Amino acid sequence: MSILTSLARLRAIKEGVAQPIATVRHCHLGRRPMVFVPLRLSGEAAAPLAVMLGTDRDAPELLVVAQPRNRDLRFAFTAELARVLLPYVESFLGQSETVEKKNADPYQRALDAPQLLLPNPSGVAFTRLLGRSTRFRRPDGPYPVPAEVPLLGRWLTYFAERAAHPGSSLTLAATEELGRHWASGQSGLEDANLAALLGWISPPPGRTGPQAAQEAEDPLIWPPAGPATDPGFDAEVLAPAIESGTVERVTEALRTQLAPTWRLMWQAVDLLRALPEGASVATRWESDRGSFSMMAEQVAEGAPPQARRDGAVAAASRLSRMERAQAAFEVQRAYDDPLVMAEYRLTGEAFAGEVIETDPEHTEGEGRSRKLRPVVLVKTDDPVRLSPGATLGTPDRRGQAAQLVDVSDGLVTLKITKGMGRGRTPAPGSVPEPGERVCYTSLTDDFQGSAALPDRDATPWTHGGPPQEYVPNDEDAQEEWA
Amino acid sequence: MATVGERVSGLDSLRGTTPAKPHDARAIAALAANPGCARRALMDGAGVDKDAAARHLGFPAPFGQSPFAITRGNAFEALVKADGCAELLRLLRDVLRLPIDEVAYQDVQNVGAHLRHAHTRTLFDRAARGEQGTLYDHPLLSLKIAGHTAFLEPDVVAFQHGGRFHIVEIKSFAVIDGQADPASVSAAARQAAVYVLALRTLLEELGHDPLLVAHDVVLVCPENFANRPMATLVDVRRQLAVLKRQLARMTSIDRLLAELPEGVSFDLLPGEDGAPTRSAEALAEAIQQVSARYAPDCLSTCDLCFFCRDEARRDGASDQLGRQVRDELGGVATVEEALALADGLREPAPGQEEIARLLRDAERLRRECLA
Ligand code: SF4
Repeated sequence: MSILTSLARLRAIKEGVAQPIATVRHCHLGRRPMVFVPLRLSGEAAAPLAVMLGTDRDAPELLVVAQPRNRDLRFAFTAELARVLLPYVESFLGQSETVEKKNADPYQRALDAPQLLLPNPSGVAFTRLLGRSTRFRRPDGPYPVPAEVPLLGRWLTYFAERAAHPGSSLTLAATEELGRHWASGQSGLEDANLAALLGWISPPPGRTGPQAAQEAEDPLIWPPAGPATDPGFDAEVLAPAIESGTVERVTEALRTQLAPTWRLMWQAVDLLRALPEGASVATRWESDRGSFSMMAEQVAEGAPPQARRDGAVAAASRLSRMERAQAAFEVQRAYDDPLVMAEYRLTGEAFAGEVIETDPEHTEGEGRSRKLRPVVLVKTDDPVRLSPGATLGTPDRRGQAAQLVDVSDGLVTLKITKGMGRGRTPAPGSVPEPGERVCYTSLTDDFQGSAALPDRDATPWTHGGPPQEYVPNDEDAQEEWA
Repeated sequence: MATVGERVSGLDSLRGTTPAKPHDARAIAALAANPGCARRALMDGAGVDKDAAARHLGFPAPFGQSPFAITRGNAFEALVKADGCAELLRLLRDVLRLPIDEVAYQDVQNVGAHLRHAHTRTLFDRAARGEQGTLYDHPLLSLKIAGHTAFLEPDVVAFQHGGRFHIVEIKSFAVIDGQADPASVSAAARQAAVYVLALRTLLEELGHDPLLVAHDVVLVCPENFANRPMATLVDVRRQLAVLKRQLARMTSIDRLLAELPEGVSFDLLPGEDGAPTRSAEALAEAIQQVSARYAPDCLSTCDLCFFCRDEARRDGASDQLGRQVRDELGGVATVEEALALADGLREPAPGQEEIARLLRDAERLRRECLA
């Protein structure tokens, strides 16, 4: 957390309502997101109890396991889940575009991709376990399951893994996304309660944020958003319902726990949708679409399900991919959003101010190597902590780079070094005019390429040597699911 | 310095007529959760039932346990211990390299309750003398906490012939593909450290080497999605060090006691039926005589959390937002003060110049960007 966010939290306490910490939306929100609210049987790692899901806020589907300890019912539940989720996923495969790449074969990328919206990160973790417990099953052999079950497992695994990829929007946890855009007047720990966080962000009429958040902690008013259920509900309602053996009774009991969260999820969607989309969101969604198409292709080609654990090289390359994605995500957010950039202005890695003087036709070099290097003088109130020679970028002219020449007494001199074209005079608009507000930063989005990792076949012996291709075996397929 | 006797009577009078709540391992492990909190140290030291107090104050603790989770936990423990711990022995042979022929099983629970502790002592004394190598089911250990004896029941203690004692903890959270929920694992490790310490204390009292108790405890959990148990060794040296430090600090209770105004009591004044007769306001007032140190972490570790959170909110303490925010604010203690610094309405106190400048800058930037 930064001092800006801390200040926003203090302000939220004072004002009794959450404060914005972003001016644009930093995640993609699809036209047809799938809201997915799972519940798990308490005390179990991955025993599903129920899920409410769907793309239409007025028509959620509710699937339940009326007797959660019954293995057959559990697989019947996952089969039903597959029958809802797989057609949704597959509906995005129809339309695609051809992407040409330098030094690589062109590939097909879906024009749109599925999107899973969950209440919180524990919901994502549970989805991962649900994927793990179903993706190795087989439709034949001693414990056959419906053919869709292992396929569902692979997709659930994919969605859960993608949630860990910085900047990806294929799988979103509502509390995390809301927390990225608003600061409540409670701690981060308490923000994990979706109802409480939404209470702060948009309290119902007549209530303050803290009042709404307090109410949200009463499980009788706002049942937990899962996957854990309220212990009181388990004892007083669910256990007797399961005992009674009536499916309707269990279903209706679970509906009371899921319906409130369902409404909150759509409220979260509305709040996020109301924000204008950040300029880099589409680019990140493009790579989500690419990733989705790749996964779909692997499934279609009959590749085996995701391994139980990554090999050494796969783990290292995943880590390095995530680190790069994280760094890029941070820079893009700052470029897209002045309020995020403000964090860097506060630490002196960026500054904003007014242009007071320019020399747009300043050149350097002689003859053929003579280059246009416009000079700009900026007056700023920000505490600049950059040294002469530093390379700068600017959100206002993203193709340009500049170099810091001098900083003194709130006056920054810089020269534009990249993106000026070949002309003798600058193209109109390419050099800021006196009076214009500008922002420059040492943050830039050009990262080194991927770290040099050995091929998986060249994994050093210190890391276990080349891993065996993961081939799921009979044991995987027949694994107990008690 | 007060003698132990004086201290105990001072603490006892703090609790008054309400029966002491015995500490279990979980409670003792939690002592280390918020070591800086005087309120908690005194209430725990005095054996006050914080859960009952919180309920009476109108701030019941949010720590329910689902019957499904309880059933599951019991069923798993029963499975591991079935047939004289047959399954457990299989696991221990692997993880501790226990020789096959070395199997003697002692269920201490079958002994009458009041004799269990004495019986446990005898059994462990004999084992330490090398007379027996075995498994002890439900032994009863003890540990002195601020002058009070807490009785502790580890799930199982294993003793390798000629080797060491190992605390065995049976937990029903799953280990999936070699990974378990980190919060559950560290809670189990903290709890196991309490048993290690208790058993070491016991051996020492009996004149044996306390280090006969291994700092590696055996954690038995279900593997993947099945009920099949697996065993892992967990090193609890770090948890042990934290625990010892905290227990040593409990002696500074003297000072806390001495600072208390005359006549403060946490007594609930239970009536004939055990229900509190003291007014909630009076109790709240008494409790507020002792300073707390609320942090959001309390929400998962202390029965009084909602009461203290309410207090922190009413005081406008920046603690309510968490340690991270508080650190970010460089120790500015209240919301009002921080905002006044940000708004330039308050002169920074000496030492606050830097944070005041940061807050003012932050405020300027927020205004500019949200205009
Ligand atoms: S909840 Fe209150 S008494 Fe308990 S540790 Fe936190 S501050 Fe101390």
